[in-house]
Amino acid sequence: MTVAASASEARPPLQRWLLVWAAALAAVLLVFLLQDSVPWAVNYPASAVVPVADWVSALMGWIKSNLSWLTRSITAVLGVPLDFALNLLAKNFKIGHGADAYVLPRLSWVGVCAVAFIAGHAVGGRKLSLLVGGCFLYIALFGQWTSAMLTLALISIAVPFCIVTGLFAGIWAWRKPWAERLIVSPALDLMQTIPTFAYLIPMLLLFGNSPVSAMIATAIFATPPMVRATMLGLTRVPLEIGEFSDMAGCTARQKLWRVLLPSARPTLMVGVNQVIMLALNMVIIASMIGAGGLGYDVLLALRALKVGEAMEAGLAIVALAIALDRLSQAIAHKQAKGHVHQAANPSFWRRHPNLSLAIAILAVTTLLGLFVPAFAAVPKAITFTTAPLWKAAVNWVTINFFDAIEAFRVALILNVLNPVRAFCEGFPWLGAVFLLGLAGYQLSGLRLAALVAALTAFCAVTGLWEKTMATVYLCGISAFIACLIGIPVGLMAARSDRFEKIVTPIIDTLQVLPSFCFIIPVVMLFRVGDVTAMIATIAFAVVPAIRYTNHGIRQVPPALIEAAKVSGCTPRQTFFRVQLPLALPEIMLGVNQTILMALAMIIICAMVGTRDLGQEVFIALSKADSGRGIVAGLAIAFIGIVADRLFNAWTAKARARLG
Amino acid sequence: MTTEQGSTQPGTNDRPVKLACRNVWKLFGTNAASFIRERDGKASMADVNAAGLVGAVRAVDLEIRQGEIFIIMGLSGSGKSTLVRCMSRLVEPSHGKIEFEGKDLLKISDAALIELRRHRMGMVFQNFALLPHLNVLDNIAFPLGIQGQDRATREARAREVIELVGLRGREHFYPRELSGGQQQRVGIARSLATKPEIWFLDEPFSALDPLIRREMQDELMRLQTMLHKTIVFITHDFDEAIRLADRIAIMKDGEVIQIGTPEELVVNPATDYVAEFTRDVDRAKVISARSLMRTCDGSEHGGTVSPDAKIASFSANIVSAGKPFAVINGTGKPIGEVTPQAVIDLLAGIEHARAGA
Repeated sequence: MTVAASASEARPPLQRWLLVWAAALAAVLLVFLLQDSVPWAVNYPASAVVPVADWVSALMGWIKSNLSWLTRSITAVLGVPLDFALNLLAKNFKIGHGADAYVLPRLSWVGVCAVAFIAGHAVGGRKLSLLVGGCFLYIALFGQWTSAMLTLALISIAVPFCIVTGLFAGIWAWRKPWAERLIVSPALDLMQTIPTFAYLIPMLLLFGNSPVSAMIATAIFATPPMVRATMLGLTRVPLEIGEFSDMAGCTARQKLWRVLLPSARPTLMVGVNQVIMLALNMVIIASMIGAGGLGYDVLLALRALKVGEAMEAGLAIVALAIALDRLSQAIAHKQAKGHVHQAANPSFWRRHPNLSLAIAILAVTTLLGLFVPAFAAVPKAITFTTAPLWKAAVNWVTINFFDAIEAFRVALILNVLNPVRAFCEGFPWLGAVFLLGLAGYQLSGLRLAALVAALTAFCAVTGLWEKTMATVYLCGISAFIACLIGIPVGLMAARSDRFEKIVTPIIDTLQVLPSFCFIIPVVMLFRVGDVTAMIATIAFAVVPAIRYTNHGIRQVPPALIEAAKVSGCTPRQTFFRVQLPLALPEIMLGVNQTILMALAMIIICAMVGTRDLGQEVFIALSKADSGRGIVAGLAIAFIGIVADRLFNAWTAKARARLG
Repeated sequence: MTTEQGSTQPGTNDRPVKLACRNVWKLFGTNAASFIRERDGKASMADVNAAGLVGAVRAVDLEIRQGEIFIIMGLSGSGKSTLVRCMSRLVEPSHGKIEFEGKDLLKISDAALIELRRHRMGMVFQNFALLPHLNVLDNIAFPLGIQGQDRATREARAREVIELVGLRGREHFYPRELSGGQQQRVGIARSLATKPEIWFLDEPFSALDPLIRREMQDELMRLQTMLHKTIVFITHDFDEAIRLADRIAIMKDGEVIQIGTPEELVVNPATDYVAEFTRDVDRAKVISARSLMRTCDGSEHGGTVSPDAKIASFSANIVSAGKPFAVINGTGKPIGEVTPQAVIDLLAGIEHARAGA
C-alpha cells in the first residue's frame, strides 16, 4: 500500500514536466509559424544588435596604443630564451653581423636523435627507446628536421613557463577556496572552451606576427591542466602527511615546498604530460601567427592544396606527438611507482650516467658538425620524400573512385546536412533561449536556468545567431555520429578483452594527435566543405565516447553482476538492467567530452571552408579584427559551456539517483 | 609508595604533570566555539545535538605525568584521534586549556608552537606518513633539516636512531620498498630523531598484521625502558592498551568515561561500557596480588610475593604449593596473604565477594 502510494505521489512531477515541455514546444512552434507577425522572435533584429565587437575592438585598440611599451618589453624579455632555444635546436647562433659574422652551429641532428634513444631507454627501457628514437629518426630522414626542431624549441620554452605559472595558480587556488571558486575555476573553464583560434587574435594584435606571440598563446592555452593537476595533487596528499609536517615544526613554506608538493609529484607529472601535449597542439595552430615549424608547413601546403607535402608534415607532427607523449607518460609512470634505492655515489657523473652520456654525445656530434657537414644538417642523399607517393595515391583514388566519393558526399549534403542546417538556422532565437533555460531549470534550478539563458541570448544579441546555429548544427551532427560510432565500440571493448586490446592503442594514438592532423587525409578525398569538416570532427571526437563507455561498463562492481547472475538474469538482462543503467552517468560524461571536442574541432575546420563561427574567427584573424574574433570566440565558448553545464547537471542528477 | 618495580608503575602520582587537558571541547559545526563559550564550558550531549553540532571531544579533563605511558582507548568515532590532535594543536580545540608543563598551549604564538613541535614533541602516525620521495635516511633526517641542521649533523643523528630501531642496512631504501612493520620503524625513528619529551603515537600499530603488531609492541617497551619518554598512545585495541599502559583513559562519544590503571579498570569498571571491554581480558595478567589479598589469618605461608606482582606470575607456584603466599611490602613486612583458592577462582573466572572488597 505505502509503496503504491509513494509511487503515485512521485509520479505527478514527471507528468507535469512532460506537460510543461509539450506546452513549451508548442509555443516555440507557434512562434515559428507566426514568424511573419513576430519576426524579431525568430531572427534577431539587426537594428538591436549590441555592438560588443566594437567595444572590444576599441578596448584592444586602447591597450595597443597605450600599453605598447609593456607589450614590447614583454616581447623583448620572452624573446631572449626563445631565440636561444630556436638557435640551439634549429637555426644556428649568429654572432656579429654581415660577412664577418661568426656562426655557432645548432645541436647536431645525430646527437639529438641519440639523446632521444637514451632518454627513451632511461625512463622506459628498450621498447620506448626504439619508439622515441625511431620517431626522431623518422623526422630527420623525411626531411622535416628543421621545422620539427622549430616546433620543439617553442614547446621547450613554453612548457616550463606553463608549468611554473600553473603550479603557482594551482597553489593559490588550493590555499584560498574563495579564489578557486570565484576566479580560478571559471577562468579555467573559459580558457579550455574558448577555441584555440580565438586566442591568436589578441596575441597577434598585442605582440605581432612572431614566435613570441605564438608562444604566449601556447602558454595560455596549455596552462589549465597544470593548474588542475596542482590542485588535485595537493588535495590528494594524505592528511597524515600534512599533519606530520606540522608536527615536525615546518613553517607554512617548508610544508608546501618540502612536503606537500614532492608528495604530490605523481599527479603533477600527469599534468606535465597534458601540458606538453596541449602545447604541441597549440604550437601547430599558432603557426598562423608566426610560430613557424611543422604547423606552418602544413598550413602552406593546405593552402596550395599540395596534399602530399601536407601529409608529410602532418606525419612528422604525429611522430613528434607520439614521441613526446610516450616519453612524458613514462616519466610520470615512473614517478607514480616511486623511487628505488641505489648505492650512494658522490660523483655527479656517476649518479646521472644517462644525462652525462647525453651531454657528451651532443657536444661531440655538434663539434663534429663544424667539420663534417653530414652532422650539421641531414644530408639530402639520405632523406627521402613520400610526397609524390601520397599525391599519386590521391590521384589514383580520385580517378578511380571519384564518382562513388562524390555521390556519397552529395547524398550526405542533400539528405542529412542541408535539412538539419535549415532547421537549425530557422530556429527562433527566443525559443532556443526559452527551451534551454527551461532545461536548465528542470535539471538544476534557477541559477543554471539563468546562466544558460543568458549565454544563449549573448549569441543572438551580438548578431551572431545564424552563425551560432550553423556551428551548433555541424557540431551536433558530428558529435551525434561520433557517439553513434563510439558508444557501441566502447560497449564491445567492455565486453571483450581482446577487442579492448586492439582498440586501446588506436584511441591512445588518436588522442595525442594535434587536431590539425585530422583534416589532412580527409581533405585529400573530400576536398573542402562541410562533409570534410564533419568527418575530421568525428574522427577527432570519437575517442572520449569509446573510452568513457568502456570504462563505465567495466567499473560496475563485480559483486552486482554476480548478484544479477545469481538472481537468474540472462546475459542480456544483466547487460540492460544492471550494467547499462549503472554505467550511464559515466557514458554521459563521455558524450559531454565528445561534444566539447567536436566543438573545438569544428572551429579549426573553418580552414576547410565551413560557414560558421569558426569562419568568423578565421576572417577576424586574417583581418586582425580583434573585436569580431573575440566575440565570435566567446560565442563558441558559450555554446560549449551551455552544453557542458546541462550535461553535467543531468549526470549529477543521474548519479544522485544511483547513490 | 611502592618503588620496587621501577619507573613505569602506577605509583607515579608524585611525578610532575607533563601535559594536562582542562575541560577541553572540540565541536564541529557553525559557531561551535561561541556555542560552548556562551555556556561557560558546560553543555550536555543533548544541548550539543540540538544546536546541530557534532561533539568530537567533550569536557575532557586529564593529566599525563612525566615518563608514563598514557593510553587513550576508544572505538572508532569516540574522539580519541581528535583529542590527541587537540593536545598537539593539530586541531584547534573549541574550548578549554591544554597545559604543557603548566603553560597554556592555546595561548602561545605560532612561532613558539613551531619551536615546541620541533624540539619537544614527536608524533607517529597510523599510516606512517612517510615522505614517498625520500629514502629512509632522508626521511628520518627530515625534521632535523627543517630545523636548519647541516647535513653531516643530521645524518649522524639519523644513523643513531636507525641503529636504535634496528634498520641498519636500509638507509637508502625508499618507503615503498619496505614492509609495513619496517615503515613504522622508520616513522618511530623519525619522531625520535629530534629527542622529543612528549611522544604522541596515533594508533601506530593498527595498520600492521597481528604478529608484527606484537613484535612492535615489544619493541616499543624496549625503547621506553631506555628512553623514558612521556607517551600518549592512541588505540582501539584493549589488549594492546593493557599490555602497554601505565594508565588508560577510556573514551566514548567524545567523553572520557574512566581513567585508571589496567587493574583498576578490570577490578572496578565505572560503567557497563567499560565492563564490556574488560570482560574477556586475561585477569591473571592484569590483577596484582594486592587486589586479591586478604588479611592474614595465621595459616602457614608457602612463599612471598610483592603487592604489585601479577597473579599470572606466581599462579603456578601457589597452586602447586597448596599454601597461601604472604604479600610483603618493601621492608619485608607481611601486609596480607593470597590463598591458592582465590587464585584458582580467578583463573576459573568465578566471581565472589572478596575480603576487603
